Amino acid sequence: MSKTITIDGLAVPFQEGQTIMDAALVSGVYIPHLCHNPEFKPHGSCKLCTVNVNGRNVASCTMPAVEGQQVLSDIAELNADRLALTQMLFVEGNHLCPACEKTGNCQLQAVAYYLGMMSPHYNHFYPQREADASHPDVMLDRNRCIYCELCVRASREVDGKNVFGLSGRGIKTLLVVNSASGLLGDTDLAVTDKAAHVCPTGAILIKRHGYAVPIGQRVFDHITIKEVQTGGSDE
Amino acid sequence: MTFELETAANPEGLKRVVIEPVSRVEGHGKVTLLLDDDNRVHQARFHIVEFRGFEKFIQGRPYWEVPVIVQRLCGICPVSHNLGAAKAMDMIVGAQLTPSAEKLRRLMHLGQVLQSHALHFYYLASPDLLFGFDSDVAKRNIVGVAAAYPDVARQGVALRKYGQEVIRLTSGKRIHGTGAIPGGVNKNLSMEERDSLLKDIDQMIAWSRDAVELIKKIYCDRPDFYNGFGYFKSCFMSLVRDDGALDLYHGGLRARDEHGQAIFDHLDYSHYWDYVHEEVKSWSYMKFPFIRSRGREEGWYRVGPLARINNCDFIPTPLAETERKVFKAFGGGSATQATLAYHWARMIEMLHCAEGIQELLHDNDLLGSDLVNRGERALRGVGVIEAPRGTLIHHYRINEDELIVRANLIVSTTHNNHAMNEAVRQVALQYLDGQQLTEGLLNHIEVAIRAFDPCLSCATHAVGKMPLEVELVDAGGNVIDRLNKNSDGRCDA
Repeated sequence: MSKTITIDGLAVPFQEGQTIMDAALVSGVYIPHLCHNPEFKPHGSCKLCTVNVNGRNVASCTMPAVEGQQVLSDIAELNADRLALTQMLFVEGNHLCPACEKTGNCQLQAVAYYLGMMSPHYNHFYPQREADASHPDVMLDRNRCIYCELCVRASREVDGKNVFGLSGRGIKTLLVVNSASGLLGDTDLAVTDKAAHVCPTGAILIKRHGYAVPIGQRVFDHITIKEVQTGGSDE
Repeated sequence: MTFELETAANPEGLKRVVIEPVSRVEGHGKVTLLLDDDNRVHQARFHIVEFRGFEKFIQGRPYWEVPVIVQRLCGICPVSHNLGAAKAMDMIVGAQLTPSAEKLRRLMHLGQVLQSHALHFYYLASPDLLFGFDSDVAKRNIVGVAAAYPDVARQGVALRKYGQEVIRLTSGKRIHGTGAIPGGVNKNLSMEERDSLLKDIDQMIAWSRDAVELIKKIYCDRPDFYNGFGYFKSCFMSLVRDDGALDLYHGGLRARDEHGQAIFDHLDYSHYWDYVHEEVKSWSYMKFPFIRSRGREEGWYRVGPLARINNCDFIPTPLAETERKVFKAFGGGSATQATLAYHWARMIEMLHCAEGIQELLHDNDLLGSDLVNRGERALRGVGVIEAPRGTLIHHYRINEDELIVRANLIVSTTHNNHAMNEAVRQVALQYLDGQQLTEGLLNHIEVAIRAFDPCLSCATHAVGKMPLEVELVDAGGNVIDRLNKNSDGRCDA
């Protein structure tokens, strides 16, 4: 008999070694997240997936599932925190959805819609961030980076290249690349690398492909991020 | 011409009358008049008081993003900006469009011009034309039109809705879609989508014919008044097809002087700067273009429906061509110069759009799947298109990283800047000079501006609710009279 945890009153089975997030995704239970991608080791940085386990708030993507855990996720208090975190991500960068080619395919935007975000709420920081188009096939637009390090992990763990990394601290954190010039074009990134395709927002883009998919056929045009990431319905 | 009224010799001590904002136009502008103690007009200017900065802030952005960004210039004619920029990007990616891509873009553009012309005629201009320029201001709006002429208002709404539906099906959204991309388009029409548009097109053509008849009747009932209102002569510029036909999507530049003589013809627009220059004046955020060979003073011109109908040799759809001949005969066979003839020309174009949509919808290339082409990349691209309000120029340079390093946009209303000021000065002299100002008289100035359908920025949706404040200031700077039009249309002193 498999072990189970309870998420919002629902019994969710898990295998030894799985996190709460792993178990939830397998069972079709959606816990909003941005820095987590099941293909990579957990990161636990965006905190959107914070749940309450036996009275204590933890990141569900890093917390191992343990028999008998009582998990609260889809509750007003946590959803309010998730909304605030998402709004802060929007104002810390320059996320101009109307003109962004990732619109309709962007996980940040999709999470915002899922959480019912109607405005940024906080004052925009309007940071000065550089776009780097020096690579022949891949563009890095730091305006849209949310520091999830998925590109960092993909480059290191899958591509074996260490092209990307984070530099600086706090609000001055910056996505940097591993070349003497600091330019993406001088790294050994290839357009076929996993790191070039894993960005949940529009920070790393394949050049010359913007808007090729028409409105109505984009990932999140007709279904929510919950349905996409759990394969279930948005009920 | 009335150049002497552009800048008063001695502005000190003159009364300043301001119409701000000018209502029932897209965007924010104002008119200032300087009058002496006898209310004689010494200076009349149409100012554009907003600053957008698109040319600057797209620098550093990738070229394929630009057609989608720059369409945010406007909520009424975004398709024109989307297509103007996409045409420039076609040059940058070295693309020759496939037949399907070009026809889908043309369909999108005809839908755009149809809906924009319907918006302008029915929502913005018809209150003046149906009720009179100095009629009851409380009724002089689209709500008043809907009450007095419900069929006319209903047709206007339906025509606009149809045009928006053409845009939605070709670009994904009614406003700010993503249809045109460098080298082509990102979607075709399904048979169901094509059939849904075919279902109503006969009705749209019929209503467009009614619109032409309506403006023709209004115009011909008082020909002297309509011909004389804000009258002046100017050059005209527009795109024409290789055979001289009206073409809203592509062609060569044709400019004719006030006597109808060619200044240039079938000009390759990719070097437009050899022929058109821009002048900056300190009192407006909008530049003043002029035809280089004629100089700053003589080189200004008009663009838009009047220029296009005057300039083309024929319209390649039969009903609109018949109406063009009537229009031309009314003008005695030469170019019609009357400011208010813009309305008539605009409705002939709307009929052409409806006919053109019908013709395209029977072309199976719209259902094709060969949508994008690429060729040898270039670092410079120029796209020119006939937007609803006139010739629209998009010009970009990119660097080796494919980021924009320079952009120059000359939008339709900018071409008409000098002409709109001329119309304001003419009307000020004709109707306001020496008169006690009233709201109705001031509206005459707005009527002249509206004839051009200026798009001063993105759309304003506050139709009929734009507040208007006019102050009379004496030589000592004291306010001696004030007239307010409130957001509910009521006027109080």
